[in-house]
Amino acid sequence: MSLVELHAIHKSFGELEVLKGIDLSIDEGQVIALIGKSGSGKSTLLRTINGLEVIDDGVIIVDGKKISDRDADLLGLRLQVGMVFQQFNLFPHYTALENVMLSPQVVKKQSKAEAKQIAEEMLAKVGLADKMMHYPDQLSGGQQQRVAIARALAMKPKVLLCDEVTSALDPELVNEVLAVVRQLAEEGMTLVMVTHEMRFAREVCDKLVFMHQGRIHETGDPEEVFSNPKTPELSSFVGGLA
Amino acid sequence: MSEFSLWDIVYNLLLAARWTVLLSLTAFVLGGLVGLLLLMVRTAGNPWVIRLVRGYVELFQGTPLLMQLFIVFFGLPLIGLDVSPWVAATLGLTLFTSAFLTEIWRGCVESIGKGQWEASASLGMNFTQQMRYIVLPQALRIAIPPTVGFSVQVVKGTAVASIIGFVELTKAGTMITNATYEPFTVYGCVAVMYFLICYPLSLFARHLEGKFRHVAR
Repeated sequence: MSLVELHAIHKSFGELEVLKGIDLSIDEGQVIALIGKSGSGKSTLLRTINGLEVIDDGVIIVDGKKISDRDADLLGLRLQVGMVFQQFNLFPHYTALENVMLSPQVVKKQSKAEAKQIAEEMLAKVGLADKMMHYPDQLSGGQQQRVAIARALAMKPKVLLCDEVTSALDPELVNEVLAVVRQLAEEGMTLVMVTHEMRFAREVCDKLVFMHQGRIHETGDPEEVFSNPKTPELSSFVGGLA
Repeated sequence: MSEFSLWDIVYNLLLAARWTVLLSLTAFVLGGLVGLLLLMVRTAGNPWVIRLVRGYVELFQGTPLLMQLFIVFFGLPLIGLDVSPWVAATLGLTLFTSAFLTEIWRGCVESIGKGQWEASASLGMNFTQQMRYIVLPQALRIAIPPTVGFSVQVVKGTAVASIIGFVELTKAGTMITNATYEPFTVYGCVAVMYFLICYPLSLFARHLEGKFRHVAR
């Protein structure tokens, strides 16, 4: 059984139907890239997986448990599913260390010492052992995003969602963040990412999901999908990138 | 007829000024508590609660404080509650203060970006935890200068309580004028005293504004 299963997911914003029946299963350890034009629904789809967007219809099953939009369910879901955002969204009034420690302490009720140990471990993992006492505004974009990754990891999620995590970064800072994501993938973390970094997706991902007009249009092995797109839409999307 | 020295005037005004300060403090603290409660239900609330709070705020912002005090002072006896001027003034000013503070603080909470709510939600925090650890600490920093600034309005608002017979600084000024026939001297002293209470608050608010302007944390 897959770690995350989405069945017939529908979602509209007012009149606009953004997701028109999505079926997707994500196995443990799988690294999936969602690609597609802006407005294709890929970010919305990602956000439904941890309940930031409430679906209108369909079923989400995470780790064998069906998720409804009841508050208790959502909070439980978010313990399993971590998320990293395009705009980092660090808490500006806390240091890097505090950003990472906060949720384990507050949500998981870990002791301060315990939370600190995990936070230090995670910040070291993303290469920021020397920046723990810095506030977000004292860090570069790439460093902030790495803190955000450490913050999500400290909750020990089963799946990590990455929503265009390098899109807000200056070009020279992209690689340090991608390196961390690549390392997570190699360690066997289950990852679902919306990305425009096609080369990275091709190298790192096990599965590529191409979204078009609210539907999964084409999916498969990255090499295969890139070198031999079956639909004209994907072909033009891939062609447009080259 | 006895003679009043300037010192007699100032001394008696100072005695009354204690009530102005006490009424201001009480209204500010109670109004702050009520305001915080309204802010919480408004931020969390369903559309009906939000509408109700908005109506409350608009009612108090859209009518003169004097009318609010009249309605409390003359209205409560109609339903069998006899209130002293002190109670009426405290109640009226508390309601008035809570409405304004809720509105000031709402703006501050709303200035905290959606990303902060989403990030904290994605880490499994519930509404109370989000408010307590993420939103309020940031909103409070933004809120301190306008809140202190508003306290000046509360102090000056207490003068209206003189109309319903509560003896604070302005009422004492009227009474002393009636005895001394020296309105200019007396009200001059009254004005100086209000200024001495309010000016430090204004200065403090301005100082805080400078201090918090660039600081995100």
